[in-house]
Amino acid sequence: MATHQITVTVNGTAHSATVDSRLLLVHLIRDDLALTGTHIGCDTTHCGACTVLVDGAPTKSCTMLAVQANGAEIATVEGLAGADGMTPLQEGFQQEHGLQCGFCTPGMLMTGTALLESNPDPSEAEIREAISGNLCRCTGYVNIVKAVEYAAARMGEGD
Amino acid sequence: MIPPQFDYHAPGSLDEALGLLGSLDDPKVMSGGQSLLPMLKLRLASPANIVDIGRIPGLDTLAEEDGFLRIGALVTETQLEQSALVATAYPILLDTAKVIADPLVRNRATICGNIAHGDPANDHPATMLALGAQLVATGPDGARTIDINDFFFGLFMTLLGEDEILTEIRIPAPAPNSGGAYVKLERKVGDYAVAGSAVQLSLAGDGTVASAGIGLTNLGIAPIRATAAEEALTGQAPGDAAIAAAAQAAADATEPIADRRGSVEYKQNMARVLTARAIRKALARAGG
Amino acid sequence: MAPKTSAKICGMGHSMKRKEDPRFLQGKGNYIDDFTLPGMLWLDIVRSPIAYGKIKNIDSSKALEIPGVLAVLTGKDLEAYNLHWMPTLMSDTQMVLPTDTVMYQAQEVAGVIATSRYAAADGVAAVEVEYEPMKPVMDPFKALEDDAPVLRVDKEGKTDNRIWHWEAGDKEATDRIFDEADVVVREKMHVPRIHVASIETCGCLADFNPVEGHLTVYMTTQAPHAIRTVLALVAGHVGLSEEKIRVVSPDIGGGFGGKVPVYPGYVIAIAASVVLGTPVKWIEDRMENLQADSFARDYHMDAEIAADASGKIRALRIKTLADHGYSDAQAAPSKFPAGLFSICTGSYDMEQAYAEVDAVYTNKPPGGVAYRCSFRVTEAVHCMERIVDTLAHKVGKDPATLREENFIPKDAFPYHSPLGWEYDSGDYQAAMDKAKEMIGYDDLRAEQAEKRARGELMGIGVCSFTEVLGAGPSKDFDILGIKMFDSAEVRVHPTGKAIARFGTKSQGQGHETTYAQIIAEELGLPAEHVQVEEGDTDTAPYGLGTYASRSTPTAGAAGAMAARQIRDKAAKIAAHLLEVSEEDLDWEPGTFSVKGAPDKSVSIQDCAFAAYTNLPPGMEPGMEATNYYDPPNLTFPFGTYICVVDIDRGTGEVTVRRFVAVDDCGNIINPRIVQGQIHGGLTQGLGPALYEEMAYDEDGNNLAGSFMDYLVPTAVETPMWETGHTVTPSPHHPLGAKGVGESATVGAPPAIANAVVDALAHLGVTHVEIPIRPDRVWEILREKGVAE
Repeated sequence: MATHQITVTVNGTAHSATVDSRLLLVHLIRDDLALTGTHIGCDTTHCGACTVLVDGAPTKSCTMLAVQANGAEIATVEGLAGADGMTPLQEGFQQEHGLQCGFCTPGMLMTGTALLESNPDPSEAEIREAISGNLCRCTGYVNIVKAVEYAAARMGEGD
Repeated sequence: MIPPQFDYHAPGSLDEALGLLGSLDDPKVMSGGQSLLPMLKLRLASPANIVDIGRIPGLDTLAEEDGFLRIGALVTETQLEQSALVATAYPILLDTAKVIADPLVRNRATICGNIAHGDPANDHPATMLALGAQLVATGPDGARTIDINDFFFGLFMTLLGEDEILTEIRIPAPAPNSGGAYVKLERKVGDYAVAGSAVQLSLAGDGTVASAGIGLTNLGIAPIRATAAEEALTGQAPGDAAIAAAAQAAADATEPIADRRGSVEYKQNMARVLTARAIRKALARAGG
Repeated sequence: MAPKTSAKICGMGHSMKRKEDPRFLQGKGNYIDDFTLPGMLWLDIVRSPIAYGKIKNIDSSKALEIPGVLAVLTGKDLEAYNLHWMPTLMSDTQMVLPTDTVMYQAQEVAGVIATSRYAAADGVAAVEVEYEPMKPVMDPFKALEDDAPVLRVDKEGKTDNRIWHWEAGDKEATDRIFDEADVVVREKMHVPRIHVASIETCGCLADFNPVEGHLTVYMTTQAPHAIRTVLALVAGHVGLSEEKIRVVSPDIGGGFGGKVPVYPGYVIAIAASVVLGTPVKWIEDRMENLQADSFARDYHMDAEIAADASGKIRALRIKTLADHGYSDAQAAPSKFPAGLFSICTGSYDMEQAYAEVDAVYTNKPPGGVAYRCSFRVTEAVHCMERIVDTLAHKVGKDPATLREENFIPKDAFPYHSPLGWEYDSGDYQAAMDKAKEMIGYDDLRAEQAEKRARGELMGIGVCSFTEVLGAGPSKDFDILGIKMFDSAEVRVHPTGKAIARFGTKSQGQGHETTYAQIIAEELGLPAEHVQVEEGDTDTAPYGLGTYASRSTPTAGAAGAMAARQIRDKAAKIAAHLLEVSEEDLDWEPGTFSVKGAPDKSVSIQDCAFAAYTNLPPGMEPGMEATNYYDPPNLTFPFGTYICVVDIDRGTGEVTVRRFVAVDDCGNIINPRIVQGQIHGGLTQGLGPALYEEMAYDEDGNNLAGSFMDYLVPTAVETPMWETGHTVTPSPHHPLGAKGVGESATVGAPPAIANAVVDALAHLGVTHVEIPIRPDRVWEILREKGVAE
């Protein structure tokens, strides 16, 4: 079966890879690029543990072929924190106790990051709707909602 | 869960894609992949070749032209949700897009894919039946237009040929005093419908229903157009009795199976309840 | 209660931000699938599509032709090493791989070893297995009928499908009360089979070093030490010796009881690594996890209360059938086959009680684990809290009032329950008062009356639960003979920083933070300077692990005791440094000072440094202590939950509008983390109450085998939880703490179910089975003539 030469930019760094047609994007990220912050939690596109940003849009990377990402900009949880430390959203998760086992957290963070990008001041209902494709079994979601609200407030302080 | 082996093709033009469909062994068209990839992972499908139409330019139209709303093959549910045109002129489409799977899936899932997949549990088929949409299928001999009423004829069976691509959906621009709504009952967010009802109607100057389209989700082996329900409503003043009669006619048009979502009787009653609610919502939007 | 320590020390009562969070927030957690070793091979598993049948043939030839597929292991291959069977933690047995018969759908049939994840999956798809299907036994009641086929023919002399019979209480005395009681109410109810569905599935990486005969297993386990001992006991005959086995439990993506058992996949991976001499990794996919891993619950209960005419409870009687599937593979203490079900008398004082449970085999996956629950407490509480409402309905009292009139009074503790428990402490009325006040109970009842008059369906549900947890005292509690103590080892370094290791294993509970706070509380070292480690059997002291809310009651206590031992030594050093006698010292967290001369003081850090540099004559150097804590009793947290629901008369959908949870878990170590535990527990109570069920058809097919049909609540279904606390310390725990991880999972389902029943009570409804699906509610609405 044919392989494909692809280039993806992940967290700002361009990577070239030769991939099988069927390689899932999540396996490219985890196994080939060794960015294991992106997780796998189901088989049926329900849990969102594998969420990454593809050209800015939160995407379930278990339901996208690596070859489909050729030329795309990918952002994973490893790319969130910068020289200034963690992002307001990451801080919000710690401040509001929006994580417990941490397994769904990278997906939640990526979805939350994209939400705040498009909607800097989301309502509680909008946050709940935005993360409805990301399952969490530990937190009961309330503190995740508060974490996003915390980040929105922090990011709005500069206005 | 790992997909079986296949070969992947990303044609750069529609002609190239059609050529691949004509020449490759056992090809399957993929747009957003949000239905196909899970099926591959579950090994419920194992095409030898996947033709990804996602990189073909010109298939991303979402605009009103010549009396139709044109939805190109690559328009995603998210684009539909974010469209001001859709929100104001086609709220039934916004209703529908918002209850499909979850926001992440909707970032990649396409409306045309939702139709072409032929799954009676998908939501857009009922809405397109209510809207009287036309489907543009492009094949080796050019494009042809298929009436949505003819498109679905069995479980996962559609009129789309294996060498064709569903390139566009055309929805007639609504008449004045029109309104539509899609109401879905789901066990939780992201679930396939227990039942869903799509109603698009327009009102005459005297307040009676001038036209009505009613489609139903997941209540038979194919999406259902509830023509008797439409007839029960058309020409009537849309009061409680007319709505109840139409809703009951919708329920009578269903042939659901009993499963974890409920009994046959429950689902038929949900067809009735949801249709009544969709009619009321559509009426409110039509200004009735 | 104000914290005793400063914010810098951050002992008990401070909402310290979690120490584990930065790595999880930056994608630097180390979960099982993140581990890779050179030369690592992959295991994937062929599973049975049928629930019961003979294996006629396994043909691996096509699989072995696939590039990268190296081997296909079957039961016959393991039989050569006598590894085809294994014991369960309840001393039953189960197959690792079958040699002739499959007993449940998704049972492991063969293991494919390959060079990659993808090749292993292709291999699984290519293995051809020929079955001769047999009619499975799916109904536990039918399993006990005379003509039912005997499923466990592997057990010599087995003539029926009964596993065990358990009972507690005085049957005759209970029956006598029922015979003479003014009022008897009865409900039959099923707490159905459910699944923990942690977002991380199970998996392991087995790494056998053939030169040294040493096995390292990285695995998703809540009880690494016990697993090491089990491995040594079952695989000793193939040369695995306990000193050469290292089990490492890395970051765990949720456990909830599902990662206590040993699953065949682990054993196959280990066997493959031992045979091949290379590392072998096995990672379950979600469908395997849901369909084959241990279930929880599945108790069919027939419960009765005898009361006087005013509703004063006199006796409780429960007859139960427990469906354990193919094997009794639960993870309960040996002497408690029905777990701690005898907590079923709950928060209420009564004269007598009698409970019995019969366990049966069926053709379902083996189990059951305690899904975020201390061994069957959830079933017991659901049963009692539901039927108390039935009694309230019968005698015409408000369900909150009836509870209050039956509460064990505050001054009756320690309270001896009719089924043999000694409740350590409680103040049930205080929790009830607070919950009613928070939710505005009286106003809600008024609103309900108005809505009812308009034909709207609104319900208010109350649940006042009592849990029993912290297993447990060694005289009664063991797993496979190993006593259920737990342990801590604390070592203070010369510069006054510390490492503390525990026999438990966090799966998200925040042990790295709360344990550090316990050490900080006792030693006065800042919690940020206490590094907590768990999960590596080579370094951590022996313990039975984390489940059943036992970590704080056992290992947390051990940490406090070890820290106190160190403080005692530090006091001697402080006396030496300050040149006074020990009796002349005062202790404030972190500082010893001379009585009457507070400016003459040394810090705990000074003492630590002196322990390595300037010791009193004759004192052993160093500053460390180990404590194995054997709790004197269990702990009995409690609470009152009140829930408000609205029911859609058209569809039967139930919406949880408000939910107030008032918990009393004794003294609180970290309020932030306790609140998080309650939120999570509530959501894992909401799920089984309204959505989750692992159902089967009569042919044994799993009907909820993926997240498409096993309905885990999302953020949209989950309400804005409202939490509150009362504090009634445990008198016997060194910190006065009780444990909190599971209270909400236990208390939420009956609160929600009671609210739904309450919404329908005026129609004569006294019970609704969980999960309360819309179609179930609609059937009732239609029957009562109120459906839209």
